[in-house]
Amino acid sequence: MKQSSVVDLLLLLLAIALFATPAFSDLVLSKVERRIDVNSQIARVTKTLKVVNSGSESVSEFILTFPKFLGNNLAYLSVAHSEGKGKSKRSLVNLSVREADSKGIPDSISVYSVALPKPLSKGDTLTLEVVAAFTNVLQPFPEKITQGEIHLVMLQESAQYLSPYAVESQSLSIKLPNARIESYTKLENTKLQGSELKYGPYKNLQSYSYSPIVVHFESKAAFAVAENLVREIEVSHWGNVQVTEHYNVVHRGAQLRGEFSRLDFQARPNPRGASAFRHLLARLPPRAHSIYYRDDIGNISTSEMQSDSKKTELLIEPRFPLFGGWKTFFTIGYGLPLSDFLFVSEGKRFLNISFGSPILDLVTEKLIVQVVLPEGSKDISVTTPFAVKQSQEIKYSHLDIAGRPVVVLEKNNVVPDHNQHIQVYYKFSNINLLSEPLMLISGFFILFITCIIYTRADFSISKSSPTYLAKLQWDEVLATLQEVQSIIQKCLATHDKLEASLRDLSRTGDIQTCKAARKSTDSLLKDLSKELKPLLGFLQSSPSASHISPKVEELVAKEKELEEKLMAKHTTVVEGYEKKSSGRDIENRIASQQQKIIALRQEIEDLLEFIDEI
Amino acid sequence: MGGKSEPTKSESMATKTTNPDLLNTSFFSFKSLKLKTKQQELLLRISILGLVYILAFIARLFSVLRYESMIHEFDPYFNYRTTLFLTEKGFYEFWNWFDSESWYPLGRIIGGTLYPGLMVTAALIYWTLRFLRFFVHIREVCVLTAPFFASNTTLVAYFFGKEIWDTGAGLVAAVLIAICPGYISRSVAGSYDNEAVAIFALLLTFYLFVKAVNTGSLAWALGSAFGYFYMVSAWGGYVFIINLVPLYVLVLLITGRYSMRLYIAYNCMYILGMLLAMQIRFVGFQHVQSGEHMGAMGVFLLMQVFYFLDWVKYQLNDTKLFQTFLRITVTSAILVGGIALGVGTASGYISPWTGRFYSLLDPTYAKDHIPIIASVSEHQPTAWSSFMFDYHILLFLFPAGLYFCFKRLTDATIFIVMYGLTSLYFAGVMVRLILVATPAVCLISAIAVSATVKNLTSLLRTKQKVSQTGSTKGAGSSKASSKVTLDQSQPFQKNGAIALLVGVFYLLSRYAIHCTWVTSEAYSSPSIVLAARGAHGNRIIFDDYREAYYWLRQNTPTDAKIMSWWDYGYQITAMGNRTVIVDNNTWNNTHIATVGRAMSSYEDEAYDIMRSLDVNYVLVVFGGVTGYSSDDINKFLWMVRIGGGVFPVIKEPDYLVNGEFRVDKGASPKMLNCLMYKLCYYRFGELTTEYGKPPGYDRARGVEIGNKDIKLEHLEEAYTTSNWIVRIYRVKPPTNRL
Repeated sequence: MKQSSVVDLLLLLLAIALFATPAFSDLVLSKVERRIDVNSQIARVTKTLKVVNSGSESVSEFILTFPKFLGNNLAYLSVAHSEGKGKSKRSLVNLSVREADSKGIPDSISVYSVALPKPLSKGDTLTLEVVAAFTNVLQPFPEKITQGEIHLVMLQESAQYLSPYAVESQSLSIKLPNARIESYTKLENTKLQGSELKYGPYKNLQSYSYSPIVVHFESKAAFAVAENLVREIEVSHWGNVQVTEHYNVVHRGAQLRGEFSRLDFQARPNPRGASAFRHLLARLPPRAHSIYYRDDIGNISTSEMQSDSKKTELLIEPRFPLFGGWKTFFTIGYGLPLSDFLFVSEGKRFLNISFGSPILDLVTEKLIVQVVLPEGSKDISVTTPFAVKQSQEIKYSHLDIAGRPVVVLEKNNVVPDHNQHIQVYYKFSNINLLSEPLMLISGFFILFITCIIYTRADFSISKSSPTYLAKLQWDEVLATLQEVQSIIQKCLATHDKLEASLRDLSRTGDIQTCKAARKSTDSLLKDLSKELKPLLGFLQSSPSASHISPKVEELVAKEKELEEKLMAKHTTVVEGYEKKSSGRDIENRIASQQQKIIALRQEIEDLLEFIDEI
Repeated sequence: MGGKSEPTKSESMATKTTNPDLLNTSFFSFKSLKLKTKQQELLLRISILGLVYILAFIARLFSVLRYESMIHEFDPYFNYRTTLFLTEKGFYEFWNWFDSESWYPLGRIIGGTLYPGLMVTAALIYWTLRFLRFFVHIREVCVLTAPFFASNTTLVAYFFGKEIWDTGAGLVAAVLIAICPGYISRSVAGSYDNEAVAIFALLLTFYLFVKAVNTGSLAWALGSAFGYFYMVSAWGGYVFIINLVPLYVLVLLITGRYSMRLYIAYNCMYILGMLLAMQIRFVGFQHVQSGEHMGAMGVFLLMQVFYFLDWVKYQLNDTKLFQTFLRITVTSAILVGGIALGVGTASGYISPWTGRFYSLLDPTYAKDHIPIIASVSEHQPTAWSSFMFDYHILLFLFPAGLYFCFKRLTDATIFIVMYGLTSLYFAGVMVRLILVATPAVCLISAIAVSATVKNLTSLLRTKQKVSQTGSTKGAGSSKASSKVTLDQSQPFQKNGAIALLVGVFYLLSRYAIHCTWVTSEAYSSPSIVLAARGAHGNRIIFDDYREAYYWLRQNTPTDAKIMSWWDYGYQITAMGNRTVIVDNNTWNNTHIATVGRAMSSYEDEAYDIMRSLDVNYVLVVFGGVTGYSSDDINKFLWMVRIGGGVFPVIKEPDYLVNGEFRVDKGASPKMLNCLMYKLCYYRFGELTTEYGKPPGYDRARGVEIGNKDIKLEHLEEAYTTSNWIVRIYRVKPPTNRL
């Protein structure tokens, strides 16, 4: 890597020497301030450019250039110009930037063209704010280190601003991490103040002036790179946005050479293994819930979560510390309240959600965002603040028939600056919401219906087989038995009525009502015994009831006997009352009958119970 | 009848005894209700069964709630890996799968050396759910397969209990088996092992066979043949069925209970079951070629002889002639059978009994002859305490149940008695076979409980009825009460019955409490994740295994070969996705012995062995920091024994001092310098594990280690997990020759 970039540099210098072409246009940069922040693995460059049109024609385009080895690693570029005057009233307006063809510019230079908000007429000035983020420009050197060594990286830049325009005054400051600085290129006007390295100011530079510098310093940042990140955002109109993120994380710093010693890694007070990182911090949206953190082989129990009303912070610790070159894969998932992210505008719904990963300082080499919309969504369109590759898919989830439309967005080399909101517009009618519950309900309905049909219907294959016939007969016998039982029960009930009338008699002495009751029970019992006869006949004739019919007959006989006894008792009591005998006298006379009645009743109940058990 | 909402039977009884005035009205409703008792009982039974079904399922979910939805132990990881393969690649690929990731460099023909029942079952469940549009992950299906089948087992237990005794016994059996620790130990969620479905299949086969014997129906016999097929496809324990059923038939024949029903049931089940079982590649022709299956065939032939004799007896009226004929036939039949067996064995057509089978019949056999079987903890003879732990009150109910069974001997009860006694013997020989005995113990105990409770309640109920009729008569009669006292044949019978009932319910509730406790405390730990209590009562999780396996998966070359003791083979291939030298399928003893030899040799000797096996990484499990006792140092003697069994250069006494295994200063020099010792204790001497103890204090064994200055020449530490439980070493390439 290092060698190739050195070759790059040489080529670049050569090219610049050859192409000392006149200025692109008549623009002049009156003042250039560059600040490079290398505290994380990303080199973040902010530039303030004061542009003056010194020519005669008005200019509407501004050219930004980077050396190719930087330009190839450019992850993010935004140009704004500040409006208003005075420092307090500045408001930034983003300008559109596009990659331009490098006509007339050496190949070793990447060219971007900025469309100015309004043509810059002669003598006018304009201030541009450029923010650029580069990945992979902090090269680990040495490339392989042992566990105990510190992590040194190298940054290559130019002390002078590379531009097709002439520069009147420029300065560069590099913000280094607060740690060891191994070496840096010393030019004139080079100053190291604390952890800040300053070059310049340099005055009146030609266009395409270039003076390479190299800074070699210790970096304590986590060089966490997601080689592949798939974010799946699933919208459920039942009130949830489910986000699932699959990370393939690798440590892109200097690779570990030799042993990994746990003893040294855990040693106190001087643990060795500064180049490794143990944690990643994810800042999730507020009100995130049901958070999980797992991988292919299960849940990872080492994570901590803190949440308040503004944010949810998830500190995730991979299963093992990541040294240079080590990889890991994990998945985090969380639910978000739908109302925070889904809105309606002009009859369309739109999901407004952040594009990039919630993990801080993570570079993503390939990011795939899949927005899964509910089944039945139509007219899908996406707006993004930067260019992404779009496509559509279908995903099947629980209870889906047609599948859910999935919007797939792909982007390479994503840095935290890309964490801007994207909007996914679609149409969805609420009726579709009911389809899945209805499917479940109908499923269960069908299940129960089949159960009912199965129990009611006759599925025997041979309708004439002896077992089948026997079973039919037996069913019939059982039905008859039930009828017999119910009739006997009714008889017993009428007996109870008779007894009740006797009790009334002893209380009121009203013989007439008692006799009337007797009459009604008589007819009732007669009817019942008539009903009983055909049933008994059937039981006697049926062969499969042969072992029960004696019992049934016994039951009926007992019942008859009981009936007779009761009648006799009734007559005695009524006669006694008619003769105005004393209560004690009557009781004495029926005492023996009473005992028999009780005994009979007991027998009948036993028999009934026996029949019931069949 | 009608749509009145009725009070239940017992409630209306209670009203009757307490309030005679209300008697008439409630009597009516009670009477009209009686017609529906059948339906009520059915409803009650179904709801009890439903609740038991759910109970059996949720009692097994402790592990999911405590930890997570994950696969437990060792073998389940292999099953999970194969199921994953099956669902991804389809059945044919699975059937023809040659696995090059294990047993390097030999490989393993997976399709031909496993029982596919479990995987196919899980895959079918998975495919069905997907067809029904439930897109679940295969892991969830695998985790929940065992509880699901445990629930199904309760249903089978109910029907089995109903078949051998009555519905009451069936219900009790279902409840008992639902929560019996002996069964739960192998069927908690995540315990995705063959036994999970095999116990269901075992009980189902037995039930269908008993049903077939009871009814003489071909349909049931066919059902039991299919049940047997499922069992064969699921677990090697099918040998128990193919030996128990013939034994049972033999006992019936001897006790003169031969019948046409038995003939139909056994012949159908044996012939069809055998043909079906041959379709499983791992079993193949064993049914006709292996000594373990010969008993079944002998009984089958004996059945034919019996049938023939029966026919002859029917034809011949002369008893004397028949007696002679009987003698000649039986003698010649036995003679022919004996000769066939002898010739078969001698010619090698019939294979002799396997070591595992021998070790079942003779518990000391394995220890002397096959150290690899003896080294597995679940193959050890069972301690009394684990019987108590796994059966609790069933241990006392079992003899009572046997008593009831003997009191009412039928074909069915003879079967359950034989199943209970034989399986209990095997449970005593091997810890893991407690599982096989559990259904029998539950069923027999259920008979005891059900019969006792039934007797007691019937006592109570007759008493109540007499007092009822006494009160029906109303006040005024003093004779009724005298009659009640006359009826009581024994004094305090009712009170005694109540006391006994209370006692039974107390016992049963203790059983339920014990089972829940055992399930939650002892059997719900996945053993991959270890949990301990911290100083403040908080739970500390040691997730070192997965940490190490995941490190292997992510940070080693995809073709790296890992050498470890065979216990961790399945886990490394499933979770680490790397090739292993040996794994839990201990089919090649020599290969395992080679690894054992490498572990117990000096480093340079071991290096040659590892080079010859292309080993890139060596993984050891070490509990010295955490006090985790089932680590490789404690297993080390088995490695020496197994290695020494094949390579006599390894001698066990070299590693012992006066017959004692130690790791401290007094350990033997060979021990202190063998590879395993070095790998476990590399740089451990610099670590202080416990306050107030010298550095290098091994907490698992409670000693200060003897060799603190360990230098590795051919290996280097590649990774050690955060609690040092798993240590991985990289095998260095050979240095250039000068």
